[in-house]
Amino acid sequence: MILTNYAEIAAMILFGIGLMLLLLNKNMIKKIIGFSMTDSAIFLYLAAKGYISGRKAPIVTDGVTSAEAYINPIPAGLVLTGIVVSVASSAVLLALTVRLYRKYHTLNLDEITDRARKGEE
Amino acid sequence: MELWQSLPLVSIILPLFSAAVMIVLRGKGARAFCFAVLGGETLLSGFFLIKIRAFGQSYTYPMGHYPAPFGNEIRAGLFEAIALFFFMLILLLSLAGGLHKLEEHVRKERMPLYYAMILLMTASLSAQIFTNDLFTSYVFVEIMTLAAAGLIAAHGKGRAILASARYMVMNMVASSLFLLGIVLLYDLTGHLLMSPIRQQVAALAAEGQYKLALIVVVGLITVGLSIKSALFPFHSWVPDAYGTASPASAAIMSGLVSHAYLFLLMKIIYRVFGTELFAVTGIENVLFVFGLAGMLIGSIVAILQQDLKRMIAYSSVAQVGYIFMGIGLGSRAGMLAAAFHLLAHAACKSMLFITTDALIRASGGSSDLRDLRGAGFRARLTAAAFAVGSISMVGFPFLGGFPSKVNFVRAVIDIDPIHRIPVLIFLVLSTWLNTLYFLRAVISLYTMGKQDQPRREERVRTGIAYALSLAGFIALNAGLGLFSQRIINGLLSGLSMFS
Repeated sequence: MILTNYAEIAAMILFGIGLMLLLLNKNMIKKIIGFSMTDSAIFLYLAAKGYISGRKAPIVTDGVTSAEAYINPIPAGLVLTGIVVSVASSAVLLALTVRLYRKYHTLNLDEITDRARKGEE
Repeated sequence: MELWQSLPLVSIILPLFSAAVMIVLRGKGARAFCFAVLGGETLLSGFFLIKIRAFGQSYTYPMGHYPAPFGNEIRAGLFEAIALFFFMLILLLSLAGGLHKLEEHVRKERMPLYYAMILLMTASLSAQIFTNDLFTSYVFVEIMTLAAAGLIAAHGKGRAILASARYMVMNMVASSLFLLGIVLLYDLTGHLLMSPIRQQVAALAAEGQYKLALIVVVGLITVGLSIKSALFPFHSWVPDAYGTASPASAAIMSGLVSHAYLFLLMKIIYRVFGTELFAVTGIENVLFVFGLAGMLIGSIVAILQQDLKRMIAYSSVAQVGYIFMGIGLGSRAGMLAAAFHLLAHAACKSMLFITTDALIRASGGSSDLRDLRGAGFRARLTAAAFAVGSISMVGFPFLGGFPSKVNFVRAVIDIDPIHRIPVLIFLVLSTWLNTLYFLRAVISLYTMGKQDQPRREERVRTGIAYALSLAGFIALNAGLGLFSQRIINGLLSGLSMFS
């Protein structure tokens, strides 16, 4: 069982790495990379779960309309929606990081907090 | 299907498209448009409340008329209608009350973007209240998070941007966990709509299959939403976010955003897992314990604060603890108490945040509690509103806080002592601590220090919108207290048609 679910195992390992980066790393950019990794890991998991071996992508070709011929299309739809959400979140966080870097000249969240507390502004 | 049954859909789509229109508007036109849309949405939700009350049961609205397992669904009942109507009233009052300060904090050409953020927040609020689809709820949870980050950062100063970034980071962790939970649940059941998932989950639980996987799913979704609604060990972003944001943003964040996630959590517990599974997994007891801890620790840290806004922010952590404790009781009465406290706390905390600004201005721009002395004489209406909010928080009769505490006691009075005794002890301790720090603030507002005597009596000037908003807030709190029995009856029948 475990030996055959490569994609799922890879997804969970990636999710763990991403979550740890997001939680523990002090660097804002690395936090955002961690966030992208967690989301990509979930998308990988979804895509792996939607795939049924031996079937084709759910686009009707050659007039075959039987559902047995194609893989599950819903996970692909979810991945697309999820990618949009993930990109939007990363963009907002990156924009905030740019503002913080211009103001405090560092990407280290602890140092930014220190400087914000000292500057009171 | 009658026409009024489309109103939940309208209440999602109207602010969503208005937010897009906002980009081309400028100045006063933008403000008028925003208030018109919010006012319209409030009237609409009030009308819907009347209609659904007469209808007497909840209904499912299939989007595009696709039958159950394929399409997307909206489901509306009495609880949803009451919650949306209350939240819209609070949003309108908060925005009206915080407007004058907002125009100082946000540059004039940026104001339409702020309104757009408010409208996006409104759209995702009503979507989270009405949707019957897990993935839709995830998308709107994210929209709400982004809008809330914008609301915090709108202040523009470095500390507000930092608070917004910290908020985003914590929420990214939460949404990753929440999404993973939804994806695993989809993997287990093959559905995204809440009602079919419920059937599949019940079947799995009855067969005893995937026990561990179900516990993991319940844990992931609950933890994700707990981080977003600031349950005690995950509250690190709260004081900075609420303390640095503009008063209107802080009021909206504490009153609406955190409570929308709580509402979603209640809905998922009832409609997706079912209360039996939630009890079996033991996550319920975890929420109960952390809720109790939050009640106490939030209050203790609030006492240690010297900053008015941070004190109110930590008090929020304690009050969210009450709601989680109610959910963690696992009984219908506990959920009812939590639902009522959701409304009472939202009305009260938003008013307190709106008052902070005029109080701070009345004490020479300092938010230190020691400088607030005598501010009650320089900003009379504001101080009166602050006093009303404080005694409502403490649990004074005739205001919203009192029936809510009675509900919690009623919920535990005839259940097993393992739940009853800690709840009663923590309720008394937390109320006592609340009294300590809120009355300290109120008393200092109405005492004149020696050095204050020579200071010239300068009354703080506030606009008519601000006065009206405070009067509305006071009326809302008093209404929650005076008509509590009717509201509780409504919530009770709402909860029974909820699952």
